Amino acid sequence: MTTTSTTYFGKPIKRNEDPRLLTGQALFTDDVDLPGMLHVAFVRSDYAHAWVRGVDVSEARRMPGVVAVFTAYDLGDYWRPGPLLVPPPPIQRLVFNIRTQVPLVKDKARHVGEPIAVVVAESRYLAEDAAERVYVDYEPLPAVVKLEDALAPGAPLIHDDLGTNLNAHVIQEKGNYASAVERADVVIKRRYVYDRGTAVAMENRGVVAHWDAKAEQMTIWDTTQAPIPIRNGLAAMLGLSEHQVRVIAPFIGGGFGPKIMMFYPEEVLIPWLARKLNRPVKWIEDRRENFFATTQERSQIHEAEIALTRDGRILGVKDVFLHDAGAYAPYGLTVPINSQCTLLGQYDIANYYTEFKSVFTNKPIVTPYRGAGRQHGVFVMERLLDAASKELGIDRVEIRRRNLIRPDMFPYPNVIVFQDFAPLTYDSGNYEPALDRVVELIGYKQFVEEEQPRLRAQGKHVGIGIVTYVEGTGIGPYEGARVTVETSGRVSVATGIGTQGQGHFTSFAQIVAEQLGVPVERIRLVTGDTAEFYWGAGTFASRGAVVAGSAVYSAAVQVRKKALQKASEVLEVPEEEIELVDGWARVKGAPHKAISLGELARRANPLRGAVRSGTEPGLEATDYFGPERGATASGVHGIIVEVDIETMQVQIKRYVVVHDCGKVINPMILEGQIQGGVAQGIGNAFYEQLHWDENGQLLNASLMDFLIPTADVVPRVEMDHVETPSPLNPMGVKGAGEAGCIPVGPLFAQAVEDALAEYGIEINEIPLSPNRLFELVQEAKARRAAGLPAGR
Amino acid sequence: MSTHTISLKVNGIPYQRTVEARMLLSDFLRHELRLTGTHVGCEHGACGACTVLLDGQAVRSCLMFAVQAHGHEITTIEGLAPDWQSGSDPEEMHPIQIAFREKHGLQCGFCTPGFIMTLVPFLAENPFPTEAEVREVLSGNLCRCTGYQGIVEAALLAARMMRAAAVTRSADT
Ligand code: FES
Ligand code: FES
Repeated sequence: MTTTSTTYFGKPIKRNEDPRLLTGQALFTDDVDLPGMLHVAFVRSDYAHAWVRGVDVSEARRMPGVVAVFTAYDLGDYWRPGPLLVPPPPIQRLVFNIRTQVPLVKDKARHVGEPIAVVVAESRYLAEDAAERVYVDYEPLPAVVKLEDALAPGAPLIHDDLGTNLNAHVIQEKGNYASAVERADVVIKRRYVYDRGTAVAMENRGVVAHWDAKAEQMTIWDTTQAPIPIRNGLAAMLGLSEHQVRVIAPFIGGGFGPKIMMFYPEEVLIPWLARKLNRPVKWIEDRRENFFATTQERSQIHEAEIALTRDGRILGVKDVFLHDAGAYAPYGLTVPINSQCTLLGQYDIANYYTEFKSVFTNKPIVTPYRGAGRQHGVFVMERLLDAASKELGIDRVEIRRRNLIRPDMFPYPNVIVFQDFAPLTYDSGNYEPALDRVVELIGYKQFVEEEQPRLRAQGKHVGIGIVTYVEGTGIGPYEGARVTVETSGRVSVATGIGTQGQGHFTSFAQIVAEQLGVPVERIRLVTGDTAEFYWGAGTFASRGAVVAGSAVYSAAVQVRKKALQKASEVLEVPEEEIELVDGWARVKGAPHKAISLGELARRANPLRGAVRSGTEPGLEATDYFGPERGATASGVHGIIVEVDIETMQVQIKRYVVVHDCGKVINPMILEGQIQGGVAQGIGNAFYEQLHWDENGQLLNASLMDFLIPTADVVPRVEMDHVETPSPLNPMGVKGAGEAGCIPVGPLFAQAVEDALAEYGIEINEIPLSPNRLFELVQEAKARRAAGLPAGR
Repeated sequence: MSTHTISLKVNGIPYQRTVEARMLLSDFLRHELRLTGTHVGCEHGACGACTVLLDGQAVRSCLMFAVQAHGHEITTIEGLAPDWQSGSDPEEMHPIQIAFREKHGLQCGFCTPGFIMTLVPFLAENPFPTEAEVREVLSGNLCRCTGYQGIVEAALLAARMMRAAAVTRSADT
């Protein structure tokens, strides 16, 4: 990318996709309507853990409108545990026990909502009627609900043949933590609990499959973030060639991670049903199902310690944690590895010991959800620093500043292995300016020295928080893109990733517009349709803009070369004298000497005459991009809160984000991503908690009971940006999709703790709630009354 | 299952259909009339994605049966700018739609029709809303992508645009 001024790149250009979405004309999966379409309802386990001794479908089969009812035994060879999506990284001494989900329960249900039978009927109403007449003979078993119970002696076994509930055991080290402790002036130890949440994309999942028996062609509409891997996997399962299967991820109503889980039982079954019954079949998840049939994230318990010098230098960190995998672990170790690798954050820490055990529980499957375990690591580190700040009497900003990685230390090696299987190395960064900027924007000094004492004197409970974080983004393996100038002068761009609201239709168009000098609205992007692009991996780990964006960039650069070459032949001037502007190739300084890109495209694909052999027709190029490793984005969040001591409601007064994700393609889209991420982080910190009873029943599986933040509680996020380009891709971009939500938990905890300082509480858990804060304050009061020291 | 014949107007067009008593209005609009711009996020009245206008008032179509709409007039997102088609000038959309695009009030767009239909009667009755009022009226609609800021700004911008248009209209007459 040239550093000279740009026309489209880096501009807050309005989105191409909006009008279709705003007028109700965008196609979502549930909008697909095919003649003769059948509808599906699932019979799901009522128990978190139970032997299934029998399934009686005879009455259901006789219900009106019912076409078929299937159980696991009707699937024959098609019944197979799902693939392991992400194999464990190459880490020495690693233990990993593979257990993946099955299409329908055969013998044992391992979490509430696991599918046991599938009913196909002429309408969804009839399918649900019949599903109620399927009788399952359960033999309930004690369930493993609490994470810390999973490995206890005598715990019920979830996968009996395994003989243990251990899914994985991983130890990673940088330097030598024991030596750090020897040199330390203080060692601080804490226990942190980070409970699970769920993504709650506003659109539930869904799959529609259409088998065209005559053409032997399967078409699948799927709310997936990864259409190409879904195509490849389903083709293999169905015994079809990849060319016989087309997977379309149309407009998707929010992804956030769980929509890249592969393969959901429903995803495997609906195409099979369509072929078996030779009719189109649709399944749309309802909200209740979404609460236990869609994957969830997060439940970790950390035993952490930090070794420091008296002046607040971090000598080492040790963290040993338990991670809840849920009933199966198809996604490998991505989430806990992210926790390990994000923990060290922006700090220069020479010695780090990190160990986790991932365990099976009788809860829904855990896969990445926005942040994907990163927030757990950030929570641990930032809370340790807050504890250290208090213990050592060093201001919280100052203790952070003293430990930041300096700009001259990049690329910075963190040694341990990251989710992309490579040793974690930060590509670039400049952390202090962002910290300074947040301190300045939020008025830290003034707040702490003047405002807070004044408000406290008035009996108000106000607090401030400032935390930092990094985010590994834009990991491999690769993505591809094809850029084509059509003879009309319009440009089409195809990539293999799915898009769920990130604005790729526009940001990718901007990349192409910049190269070809074509207005953004004349560039049509196709994503998420395997018929349009064959290769790719999917949208995850904040990699869309980085990896697919770089592929789009490389392809556009090549088309630009072709256009200039062709224009130089036609206009008979050297390429250097030609510029591409507004859809024209024209001679610099002589704009009347010009030819339109459309005309160039036509000439590049003549119908008659001779073309030099070896020449590729058309103005088109396809290219691929695979980064050698992930790009590390970073940021600092600041918050001011007020706690109402009567209700324990927390009101956010200010929220400031200074973020560095390298070069920015579209600041409007970026700010939207951050604002939305912060809102999800706030939900995670204070509103959203899944409540399970001792049998593993989810008690709040509705949007009435599981609260996500609304417009009256999410504040306006004030933002600023620092720009440290990544050296790892041609545009210098880093991902931004998850940054907003990652540090909100520790930020919230720090500020609320500060607001309630007079009670001396310490917050070592997320999510919080008014109830929980009330309890913490009561405990603190009781401790004080008993003459015990404040704190935990 | 008992069925009923209902007549109603949707986006100005009269329809007569025979439906099961239990069919939700949201399903009727989406799957019988194929007006799929109305989205369904929860089917228990919590998310607001399915909001439509019933005789001009915002209602949740997942909380009503189609038979209850008999004799009434429904407006869905498709009825706001009925002549707009893919490829038309975005400026020809309804001012609220234009404002949403202008202020980046949508990401995935799934919640968007519900927010817009909530705002239509609100802005008609409150041409000068404050930010707090906008946040209050929108607090019954859930959006998981935007963090609401763009939506709130879009609502305020739409109010300004509609006021300006009203002034122009009254000046013309
Ligand atoms: S679908 Fe009607 S309120 Fe959620
Ligand atoms: S824009 Fe995605 S839910 Fe609102």
